Amino acid sequence: MEEHLLSIVLFTPLAGLAVLLVLPGSNKTLIKAWANLSAIAGFLVSLPLVFRFDRNASGFQFVEKLDWIPSLGVRYYVGIDGISLLLVMLTTVMGAVAVLCSWSAIEERVKEYYAMMLLQQTGMLGVFMALDFLLFYVFWEAVLVPMYFLIGVWGGPRKLYAAIKFFLYTLAGGVLMLLGILTLYFQHYQQFGFYTFDIAELMKIQMPLYLEQIVFWAFFLGFAVKVPMFPFHTWLPDAHTEAPTAGSVILAGVLLKMGTYGFIRFTLPLLPKACIDPRIIQAMAVLSLIGIIYGALVSLMQQDWKKLVAYSSVSHLGFCTLGIFALNPNGIAGSVIQQINHGISTGMLFLVVGVIYERRHTREIKEYGGLAHVMPWFSFVFAFAMLSSAGLPLLNGFIGEFTILQGAFEANRVWAAFAVSGVILGAAYLLWLYQRTMLGQVTNGRNLGLRDLTLREWMVFLPLMAWAVWIGVYPKPYFDVLEKPVAQIVERVRPGYFQAKVPLAAPGVLGGAQ
Amino acid sequence: MSQFYTANDHFILIPAIMLAMFGCAILLFDFLIFPDPRQRKWLLLFVALGEIFTASGLWRQQAYLKAQGLSEMTAFQGTLTIDGIALFFNWIFVAAALIVAFISYRYLEVEGEHNGEYYGLILLAQCGMFFLASGTDLITLFVGLETMALCFYVLVGFLRGDKRSNEAAIKYLLLGAFSSGFLAYGFSIFYGIAGSTRLREVAAAIAARDPWDPVLFLGLATASVGLLFKISAAPFHMWAPDAYEGAPTTVTAFLAVGSKAASFAFLMRMFLGPLAAARGVWEPLLAFVAIASLTVGNLGALTQNNVKRLLAYSSISHAGYILFGLIAGNETGIQGVAVYILVYTFMTLGAFLVVVTLRRKDLIGEDVDDLAGLIHKSPGYAVLMLIFMLSLAGIPPTAGFIGKYFIFLALLQTGHYALAIVGALFVAVALYYYFRIVKSVFIGELADTGPLTTSFGLRLAAGVTGTLTLLIGIFPEPFLRLTQLRWPG
Repeated sequence: MEEHLLSIVLFTPLAGLAVLLVLPGSNKTLIKAWANLSAIAGFLVSLPLVFRFDRNASGFQFVEKLDWIPSLGVRYYVGIDGISLLLVMLTTVMGAVAVLCSWSAIEERVKEYYAMMLLQQTGMLGVFMALDFLLFYVFWEAVLVPMYFLIGVWGGPRKLYAAIKFFLYTLAGGVLMLLGILTLYFQHYQQFGFYTFDIAELMKIQMPLYLEQIVFWAFFLGFAVKVPMFPFHTWLPDAHTEAPTAGSVILAGVLLKMGTYGFIRFTLPLLPKACIDPRIIQAMAVLSLIGIIYGALVSLMQQDWKKLVAYSSVSHLGFCTLGIFALNPNGIAGSVIQQINHGISTGMLFLVVGVIYERRHTREIKEYGGLAHVMPWFSFVFAFAMLSSAGLPLLNGFIGEFTILQGAFEANRVWAAFAVSGVILGAAYLLWLYQRTMLGQVTNGRNLGLRDLTLREWMVFLPLMAWAVWIGVYPKPYFDVLEKPVAQIVERVRPGYFQAKVPLAAPGVLGGAQ
Repeated sequence: MSQFYTANDHFILIPAIMLAMFGCAILLFDFLIFPDPRQRKWLLLFVALGEIFTASGLWRQQAYLKAQGLSEMTAFQGTLTIDGIALFFNWIFVAAALIVAFISYRYLEVEGEHNGEYYGLILLAQCGMFFLASGTDLITLFVGLETMALCFYVLVGFLRGDKRSNEAAIKYLLLGAFSSGFLAYGFSIFYGIAGSTRLREVAAAIAARDPWDPVLFLGLATASVGLLFKISAAPFHMWAPDAYEGAPTTVTAFLAVGSKAASFAFLMRMFLGPLAAARGVWEPLLAFVAIASLTVGNLGALTQNNVKRLLAYSSISHAGYILFGLIAGNETGIQGVAVYILVYTFMTLGAFLVVVTLRRKDLIGEDVDDLAGLIHKSPGYAVLMLIFMLSLAGIPPTAGFIGKYFIFLALLQTGHYALAIVGALFVAVALYYYFRIVKSVFIGELADTGPLTTSFGLRLAAGVTGTLTLLIGIFPEPFLRLTQLRWPG
């Protein structure tokens, strides 16, 4: 069992799906119960990863290698380091939360719905575990299909448009990324005489700068669409707004991280020369900053509660990519932490929207007002989620944003200055949203009789709130886990970084990477 | 056995003999043995038996080649060659013809045209395909092509009472005859250059010439027109949407798969054999044709509401991808062509057979809207349709991805970056129209509550094509071994 731990985590949702398919479709409660059981089991089997993970070991852990397509050099090769560990845990937690939050929201085609949720879960886990580039690509694309259906079947009024737009954008980027992958694969063959997609092997390639740059842009198109970075973000507001609550939670919570994870896992280590090319760094930073500020400004303008949260993702993910291309330990570690934070906070915000949408079936902000009088606990949870998203100290968002800003400051002070304005704007649109919906008098009579949070809804929020507090108060374990892998990546991209800069880069307060 | 018909010749000809014999036997006997149309489904046994004999002939040839350690054997003074390529394509024809026969009987009953000669024509068309895949002589190849094409002209117009079927047959016949004229003209020039019809000697004569020799160019250009017409590559594709739409759906499937695979076998034999020396001339031409096919096919499919027409345009774009493999021309590219054709066979047959299930007495069932809500009516066929559409679009882990993988890799290996990028971008375009079908199947409101037309044969064929489409995607290794062919030249 020990040596197959990752496979067990990966395939538990799929096993749950297999049983789900033979359950009678008419018994909705049974199907819901089973899906929840599978999702929770998926979380429980992933827990041993946390306990058995050796934070002092370098390289990948829980590695499994099996020949898959020998004649093409493709292997079933999975393993995790600190970065993937956090994202895998995020996926199993958000998966369980998303399944639970759908209990009363989804009443039509229940069996198919949960089948898609579980299928998606396996796909996302595979993305974060794969160490074989083609295996990664297979999971990467396989995730699109269940999400298409989640949006397209159970989504809002413009669901068809949103679903196909999501699929086309990501696919177009993905196929161009495939060309980049194949270029590396062929380069490796030319230099070493055998074909492999093993990323450790692919890292040995020596490529001329121009070729690295071409491959960089190919990867960029794949990952940037997913993140999404400006100007590829236009699918996101549609997809997030039209998706059912659980779909939005998964999209914002996990799916977007596939893009940022791709940058960290593949772009940086495989294309180090392109990544320190000043023009490319400049371009990435500018796109990230535009994303941060533009996303925040557009959020300010939104009349639709869910759309506001969706655009806030563009802004928050801008921080993540900015941190990555600061190319220092603080930036990258902060980026990973912020990815987890964004999953938790924005996940909660979408759940908040979901709770109110289930009761009122509208997302227009002006329909609400003064809800704090009617639903005090709900308003408390919303305040919590909002503050964690806005980066209040002692909550998770602060840790991530602070570390990223630290990294950005080290890389380029101007970036940090622009990024800070994003933090301020973020507080502005979130607080304003809170004020318009929760505070003041109840202006709309239909909001008077709304029920406060149910027990099930509490069960959805509580784990996320607890996690947010944990990261906010005691982030040391997270930085510990990230220290080694992040240091490796930085060393790979900027050889000699640590010899030159040891004293400068120590964020002692947060116990971060050296 | 004389010197004109040796034991060796016979050994090589067995599959063709079996196909011709069973084909003619069905033509002769169906009204004697099965006067009642309802009993005609038993003709399937004849088809199956014929295919079993054909397959055993192919099997013995394959075993013989392996035992002797030979890469090929020839017959009739070098006019027929059995090698890995011929065997590979013939196996595909056997599979395609069997699947088509199995999905046909119920469909023909519904159409009210369940006549024995249908099965006879399928076997005879396959006989022509045999010569296309194994011929190494201009005349043999030409006769093989015409044998196949003649059977298809009849099959496309098989629904005598249906205006669309008649129209399709006439269009296909006229344009087909026209293109054959071009092909014959090109061949006559090759003969003039070489003084022989054997491909080997034609190859030697062409290699000895300047590739830009105007006479050679004329021959190359005209022969290419004929060949590209048959694989329905743009700009010689005009017949395809009409013929595909009008023909009985089962015939459309056979046309899209069998005829296309055979024509590709023919085309590859010509371009990698005699014309290999003139690669510098035809490579840019084919690159243009491939890009045109992708553009016309993908953009044309976007607006189609008829599933058969949509699949016709999609098959034009697939021809473009397969041509990419030939343009790359390295080992990966050539294997890619074989992989792509293998994969294309099963996913395309699968897609058409789902369309076949929709046909009822009171419903033509060819519009995208006719598929609406199929998931509520038959989850099995709906999921199969999803698999076929994903595969046609090239999304992993389905078979279609493996095909595209080889094509893209080959293009990158040979430095055709622009072609690779164009091909990649059209994947996203293609997904849009394939997912119009998926959308209709899974998200559309169920409008028509009538039953599906299904049968044992349809279910069996659905199982086989669906399983293979997934299996080749998930465990491609054994199938990749099948496609490591040694092409001449």
